Amino acid sequence: MADALMAAMVEQAPRSKGPRGAPGSGNGDGLFHALCFSAAMVLMATLAGLLVALLIGGWPAFSRFGFSFFTSSVWNPSGTPDNPEAYGAAGPIAGTLITAFIAMLLAFPLAVGIAVFLVEFCPRRLAHWVGIAVELLAGIPSIVYGMWGLFVLAPWFAEHIQTPLLLDLDPDGFWGKLFSGVPNGANIFTASLILAIMVLPYIATVFRELLLSIPPYLREAAYGMGCTPFEVVRNIMLPYIRRSAVGAVMLGLGRALGETMAVTFIIGNSHALPHSLFDSGSTIASTIANEFTEATGDLHVSALIALGLILFLITFATLAAARLLLGREKL
Amino acid sequence: MKFEISQEEQPTVMVAPAPEERVLDVRGLDFYYGKTRALHGVDLPVARNRITALIGPSGCGKSTLLRTLNRIYDLYPAQRAEGQILFNGENLLNPRDPVDPEASGSGRPRVGGDLARLRARIGMVFQRPTPFPMSIYDNIAFGVRLQRSVGKAEMDEIVERSLTRAALWDEAKDKLHQSGLGLSGGQQQRLCVARGIAVEPEVLLLDEPASALDPLSTAKLETALLELKDSFTIVIVTHNLQQAARISDYTAFMLMGRLIEFRPSSEAFVKPETEAMRDYVTGRYG
Repeated sequence: MADALMAAMVEQAPRSKGPRGAPGSGNGDGLFHALCFSAAMVLMATLAGLLVALLIGGWPAFSRFGFSFFTSSVWNPSGTPDNPEAYGAAGPIAGTLITAFIAMLLAFPLAVGIAVFLVEFCPRRLAHWVGIAVELLAGIPSIVYGMWGLFVLAPWFAEHIQTPLLLDLDPDGFWGKLFSGVPNGANIFTASLILAIMVLPYIATVFRELLLSIPPYLREAAYGMGCTPFEVVRNIMLPYIRRSAVGAVMLGLGRALGETMAVTFIIGNSHALPHSLFDSGSTIASTIANEFTEATGDLHVSALIALGLILFLITFATLAAARLLLGREKL
Repeated sequence: MKFEISQEEQPTVMVAPAPEERVLDVRGLDFYYGKTRALHGVDLPVARNRITALIGPSGCGKSTLLRTLNRIYDLYPAQRAEGQILFNGENLLNPRDPVDPEASGSGRPRVGGDLARLRARIGMVFQRPTPFPMSIYDNIAFGVRLQRSVGKAEMDEIVERSLTRAALWDEAKDKLHQSGLGLSGGQQQRLCVARGIAVEPEVLLLDEPASALDPLSTAKLETALLELKDSFTIVIVTHNLQQAARISDYTAFMLMGRLIEFRPSSEAFVKPETEAMRDYVTGRYG
């Protein structure tokens, strides 16, 4: 993820037109050129192959259920005569989008706060250590987050948040409905919370880099106008990085959409469409991870592969948008 | 730099008449970048409604001196200043010092260590044009809104007046709501001047404002500055001696972190007192 970002940033630098027409390219250069070219082509072929494989694998499910694969939330792998085998991905798709969206909603303001603090207000030595801590947070394997979520966060959440809310709120009121659900702490919201913690260091690090890239003379000019630090940050620095910041958020979103292990631990794994914030649900990634070993029927496997294709396309679109937005800042 | 005479203990040559009414009065100012000392006991009077030019070879400390006057150096923790900078009699480097009641302008509101308020009253234009990433109109309205809330009609008026005084109105009036970044370098710099004066500061600091401009833009900028003199006190750092001679009332010549000579500009370029300044203005080094 960080590499993708670096690539996007490096791309800003003006590039020469490319070596293809470079004069005086001898035989060694030709070989080198061919090697690099084939390396790049292997990557493209892999991508294309993956896409084709997903399409072929998912085709039976798509052709069998048609558009209802996207709209139905019936997920019934064990077919019986009165309850035939059927697959609808609405639940996992909704779960994926909702958890990722809530995660970004939670992580975004925190990331902005962290980055602004590190760049603008924090004493330099402390900023160094906090910066390292943020990067360490990014390095923790997701299964660790998942275990922490299941064994620590979920029970705590169930006891101290979910149960009191359940007891206090009118179950038919708006808030009561929003926060209804089995109080076991494994639900859409706690999964979003874990996701938020996981994407936070990524976004915060990118935001920090973006803020550091603001030319010092612009800061000086703003302070020179009589701005307080808050006014400089709000009116000059944040608007300056606005577009790239959206790109950074998209990168985080891409990660949140595809995160598997941590979410599988804590989301509750129900295929139904979630009815409330505290309802259990599933994401595309968690469904695949949960069911692949048990998928015996051809149609079941095909449905999972079709899910994979959908996730691939969603993530691809998100990252493509990020690439478009990142590195288009100019003064 | 080939110039190596001993400057130690050599007093600044101040040639009368010393400025009548001092907005700023720098006394015994030392400045440090970390452990490196960049200013040595600088004394500089800044006269109200006059243009004071700071000249000298690169690295002599003139920009450093300018950057102490609105304490913009405070953004960088390793930089510090010692001594006195009296602004209307109030010491900017130590707000707890008593205000000098004899000082001109001592009746004006105090700054009291509030840097944002200080910088609203001592504005700055930088070497590089620094329009904010917003429209021309908002570039000017931005600073004004920081100080007070202003209605649309009054803001329109302020924008027009500021742009007119900065000699930019005719070129900008049809694209007020386009980005300030779309202007040429010279126009951007005049936009920064307009932005600086829109908040009606007492002093305007300019750090080599014309160094990136072509001669025509420079001429327009200088014309604007001469017009502004009636309302503002201007301190300008410049490498361009002709420019200093053309527009300034007082000239301070600096060398190696010291202020060597301070004189009315009418004399400074004709008969410099010190050998160092004579060498500099006749182009023997620089």
